[in-house]
Amino acid sequence: MMRSAGFFRSSCSKWLLHKVDAPNVTIKRHWVTETSTGLKRTALYDSHLKYGAKMTEFCGYEMPLQYNDGIRDNHLFVRKSAGLFDVSHMGQVRIYGRHRVSFLERLVVGDIAALPPYHAVLSLLTNEQGGIIDDTIVTNMGDHINMVINACCRDKDMSHLQHYAEQARSKGEEVIVELQEQRGLVALQGPNAMKVLSKHVTEDLSMLYFMNARMMWVDGVECLVSRCGYTGEDGFEISVPNDSIQRIFDGLCDSSMVRPSGLGARDSLRLEAGLCLYGNDMDDRTTPVEASLSWTIAKSRRESGGFLGDKVILKQLKEGVERRRVGFLLQGAPARGHESILVDNQVIGQVTSGVFSPCLGKPIGMGYVEKKWAKSGTCIQIEIRQKQVSGELVKMPFVPNHYYKGN
Amino acid sequence: MLRYTLCSKGWSLRHPSRILQTYRNFSSGNRKYATTHEWIKVEDNVGTVGISKHAAEELGEVVYVDLPEKGLDLEAKSTFGAVESVKAASDVYSPVSGQVLDINSKLQEDPSLINKDSLGEGWLIKLKIQNPKELDQLMDEVAYLETTQEKSSH
Repeated sequence: MMRSAGFFRSSCSKWLLHKVDAPNVTIKRHWVTETSTGLKRTALYDSHLKYGAKMTEFCGYEMPLQYNDGIRDNHLFVRKSAGLFDVSHMGQVRIYGRHRVSFLERLVVGDIAALPPYHAVLSLLTNEQGGIIDDTIVTNMGDHINMVINACCRDKDMSHLQHYAEQARSKGEEVIVELQEQRGLVALQGPNAMKVLSKHVTEDLSMLYFMNARMMWVDGVECLVSRCGYTGEDGFEISVPNDSIQRIFDGLCDSSMVRPSGLGARDSLRLEAGLCLYGNDMDDRTTPVEASLSWTIAKSRRESGGFLGDKVILKQLKEGVERRRVGFLLQGAPARGHESILVDNQVIGQVTSGVFSPCLGKPIGMGYVEKKWAKSGTCIQIEIRQKQVSGELVKMPFVPNHYYKGN
Repeated sequence: MLRYTLCSKGWSLRHPSRILQTYRNFSSGNRKYATTHEWIKVEDNVGTVGISKHAAEELGEVVYVDLPEKGLDLEAKSTFGAVESVKAASDVYSPVSGQVLDINSKLQEDPSLINKDSLGEGWLIKLKIQNPKELDQLMDEVAYLETTQEKSSH
């Protein structure tokens, strides 16, 4: 019965009417456990079940899709109050060594040298063809660099990073890349996030602005708290040692202002915020310019390049591209991904993500269209179940961002 | 399968067929179910089709319903529309062959009728049944509920 949205492509028919089996845990290492079906579990698995999660497979992990309140209510609650997401499936990487900045600058498009201590930036790992290997949050931690990478890209990113680290070391540079398997990650998102977290820390959070990070004690545990997220709301990502993460998760959930939130709401929230999902809205055959992510390419890097794929990307910045990522609103059935985008019965592009927006009460989505049609206001049709649904290209985000910039 | 399960619930002293008969009399109408979670209820050769309560619960809040045009001829097991939640689209299949006589236009205004009353006000289409024998291929309510319990007992 089930056809799924692109986000859960690999697990498509699994969540409706087919619960993920709960086989015996056979291997346990670094707190991420692996079940006999080969699915990994985060250190918060038991908490998810306790809160009534419906679990799904995502990037090789058994993750909460939704809790008892359903995706729509959960989504609206995050916009109104706060939600707590387990994002421990994402990879946390540390880069040490004297040459860490120049090393990383050869692999990402951002100006890492100009990043002040305890500041973070969204950047992109690129390949030699200018394609995006992954999107990542890079934080300057003073004596090292912290990176958060996508779960689905974990292995690929690590071998890419290690390959170039090895190359750097062979030239006498000092670089060490380490995956932090003993840490989990939770994201507290929503307008009440600061109010909630304040009760668990001694720091004054009003001084921690969007894309700032600090080590702080959360309920007596030393955590890395970054003011960022994937919902368009104010919020924090908190990196916690796995042996304390359950206690911290439960403590934060204890407030009536917070609900545990699953991947379902995470996907509809990020789409409303106009944020890309790697693997859907961009991949290693998409360049940052095509993905409408040119803003991540720092000014200094536009002049001198010096990162993988710089020739392709800098040429595209000057001369433009054939296709671009755009957002659209629809009147009718939601698109889910892979549908054709038409203008006057001519295919001009393809949908990469789509969802019914709980906040707007209508379907939204993003996709790639030919450059000449990429202007907002363009009337489009999308073919869904052999019918043409009308829509319009619009500017993103679909729902205004509420990042804490401390005015 | 059915017999075993009923026995396992401690009703083994009574003959299964009698229990079934009693169950049918008290259950909500003579609905038949497809493995794809649609129900059909037949009166005077006209079948009303909807999705099961179990499917509606699993799907979550329905936000959009896609229904066919009146007059369309449907084959058994062919898809005739879709029921969509925030996250996902579920195709719906015709349990039997027939012509679409009517569609539930109230669903365009209020798709959540499917969550509120999937067996009543949340019906999807009415079909003029072409071949009543096809109904024999479908499960009765007891057998259908068994299949959903098997799935959720995992």
